[in-house]
Amino acid sequence: MDEKKKVLAAEAEWRKSVLDPHVKKNAVAYEGKSFTTISDMEVPLVAGPSHLEGIDLLNDIGFPGQYPFTRGVQPDMYRGRTWTMRQFAGFGTPRDTNKRFKYLLSQGMMGLSTAFDMPTLMGYDADAKLAKGEVGREGVNVTTLADMEILFDGIPLDEVTTSMTINAPAIVLLAMYVALADNRGIDRKKLGGTVQADMLKEFIAQKEWICPPRPSVKLVTDMVEFCTNELPRWNSISISGYHIREAGATAAQELAFTLADGLAYVEDGIKRGLDVDDFAPRLSFFFDVHNDFFEEIAKFRAARRIWARELKERFKAKNPRSWMLRTHAQTAGVSLTAQQPVNNVARVTMQALAAILGGTNSLHTNSMDETLALPTEPAVKVALRTQQIIAEESGVANTVDPLGGSYFVEHLTSKIEAEALAYIHKIYELGGMIGAIDEGFPQKEIAAAAYRFQQQLDRKEKVIVGVNKYTDDDEHDLPILKIDQEKEDEQVAFVKRTKSKRNKDKVGMALRKIAEDAKADKNLMPSILEAVKAYASVGEICDVFRQVYGIYRDPANF
Amino acid sequence: MAKKKKKAVAKKAKKTVKKAKKKPSKKTAVKKSSGPKVKVDLRQIFASSPVIEREGGNVRVLIGKAGLDGHDRGAKVIARACRDAGFEVVYTGLHQTPDMIVNTAIQEDVDVVGLSILSGAHNHLVPEVIKGLKGEGVKVGEDVLILVGGIIPETDFQFLRNAGVSMVFTPGTSVESIIEYIRGHVKPKA
Repeated sequence: MDEKKKVLAAEAEWRKSVLDPHVKKNAVAYEGKSFTTISDMEVPLVAGPSHLEGIDLLNDIGFPGQYPFTRGVQPDMYRGRTWTMRQFAGFGTPRDTNKRFKYLLSQGMMGLSTAFDMPTLMGYDADAKLAKGEVGREGVNVTTLADMEILFDGIPLDEVTTSMTINAPAIVLLAMYVALADNRGIDRKKLGGTVQADMLKEFIAQKEWICPPRPSVKLVTDMVEFCTNELPRWNSISISGYHIREAGATAAQELAFTLADGLAYVEDGIKRGLDVDDFAPRLSFFFDVHNDFFEEIAKFRAARRIWARELKERFKAKNPRSWMLRTHAQTAGVSLTAQQPVNNVARVTMQALAAILGGTNSLHTNSMDETLALPTEPAVKVALRTQQIIAEESGVANTVDPLGGSYFVEHLTSKIEAEALAYIHKIYELGGMIGAIDEGFPQKEIAAAAYRFQQQLDRKEKVIVGVNKYTDDDEHDLPILKIDQEKEDEQVAFVKRTKSKRNKDKVGMALRKIAEDAKADKNLMPSILEAVKAYASVGEICDVFRQVYGIYRDPANF
Repeated sequence: MAKKKKKAVAKKAKKTVKKAKKKPSKKTAVKKSSGPKVKVDLRQIFASSPVIEREGGNVRVLIGKAGLDGHDRGAKVIARACRDAGFEVVYTGLHQTPDMIVNTAIQEDVDVVGLSILSGAHNHLVPEVIKGLKGEGVKVGEDVLILVGGIIPETDFQFLRNAGVSMVFTPGTSVESIIEYIRGHVKPKA
């Protein structure tokens, strides 16, 4: 105790007699500059022992692999098992993406991650009118189980883990994946991976919805329940802050809205009659990693602490695995610049490093050309190599949470935690996340933050190299992946052929059964499984959702 | 409800959407820029950007999100900036078909149709909107300016220009320069 007082007194004396006079002398150098994070958080000039005041070394920081997991979910972190290098991929036809998957696996990638095109994401078939011009453009098209068979052709489903970035129709795509395994004779218990399935963040940020929030969450809970009983190795939801941040949120908003979404799913699962310890260990997260290095590291650490406490204290979870926030991270797509795109390699490296120092469990690194188009194979390779260089050359993965105990990082962790908690409480006051979404609260907060940031860029208060500073007129010569119209035509033709070969009565019956079960408020997973096995399409099943649950319309606030 | 648009009465708008030059089809081929690098000069392609005249009242701008694309961060920022600049702004919200955008543009009597597209479907959606406007008798480039923002490869600029687009704004464009562009190209009638 005396020792601590002595240190604090010494710090105060140093600030008074050394730092302050120096700052005064240098005042000119600071003029017109603001020293804040990219999210406008104030940061100290020098952090010191006084910045640890109010932080409990044992209960707030603790040790890796121990509650509240501020320092990471594993005691040995990356020595025991390095993070999963999981590159998001998908474009064109299922055949094209299958080829890219196999290429990435051959280059040392450890898990698959599937990007779907807009029609699939919005629940329309490739041959639908609304799909025109969009098939295979932003990701791969999957309309029926026949497409899934090609997409995963020659890939052992019981050996790889597969993430599918799919939301509104997630229950359909999950059913297809299970159907594929069933048809190949693979034990469901061996299937590992995740569907994103986080619908709340769709209303907040990504805007790929079909039905209103309540039925959307009902479908998510159907999946959670099914996974709990049938797929013990499957992460039932990937609760995502990535899109929230990309839509313009600050780091604290990303943290708060994501965790509040997660808490809403936990509540709904409990309401369904599930034991929190049966499903909470299979909830996983997905965060963005933006440019502000220490803010991002602090965000990951604060995320784990808040989640652990909410699960243990509010939901009375007893299994330590329920308290652990395990997360995937992706470097910030929004931070990439079309100008001087090779600079993006530097940004991605810095962001990847922040994610790793923040203790992520899985990582996607963006390719330098992703602001221009979907990435080319050489660009993806550089992105993957970036992770491998960090993992195997830099040495940062050798020591667990090397920044733990840093005056500055611990201070920032607590600060961002406090800011996020204030938002979470506000959301509770609005009746939880669904209530907050109905009010447009997170949507408006994000739009305001995005606008503020754009103004700061226009006034050059915040810098983006190559965009509002150090600009030049040089043309980049990066090759660009171009997806030709032929791809769409090819896929549309294949889908039409598949549909013409089906047993129409069987499809019709299966779709009617889904509608019946939906009206009876039953878990839809069994009836959807039957339907996809009969090659009912994503669009046909989502049409049932539209008829029974209604369609959500954009409130279009700005 | 739908107030008749003063400009829409000119029913004889001639359709001059030029056919897109069909590019040699290489399936998902990676196209290397071959030969000497030709700098695509935005100002050159869009050099003859028209100035349109508005009779009385504030400049009216429609910001539209066509297609299934859900990226609305940019659209909302622009909508807000236009409002702050004193324009009347109509934001369509997401997931609009080209027809819906055309109807809104006519009902709201706008001077500018700003389309935000980040899904890669611009070469399909933008000409559809323009075709729809022309079908309603709107003279694109005389009654209404068509602006496009989003992830638009430079290789598509000429195609969009030929289709009737006045200007394309790509990532990194300052909001101020978009506002200036609109101010410079929509003038009160003398």
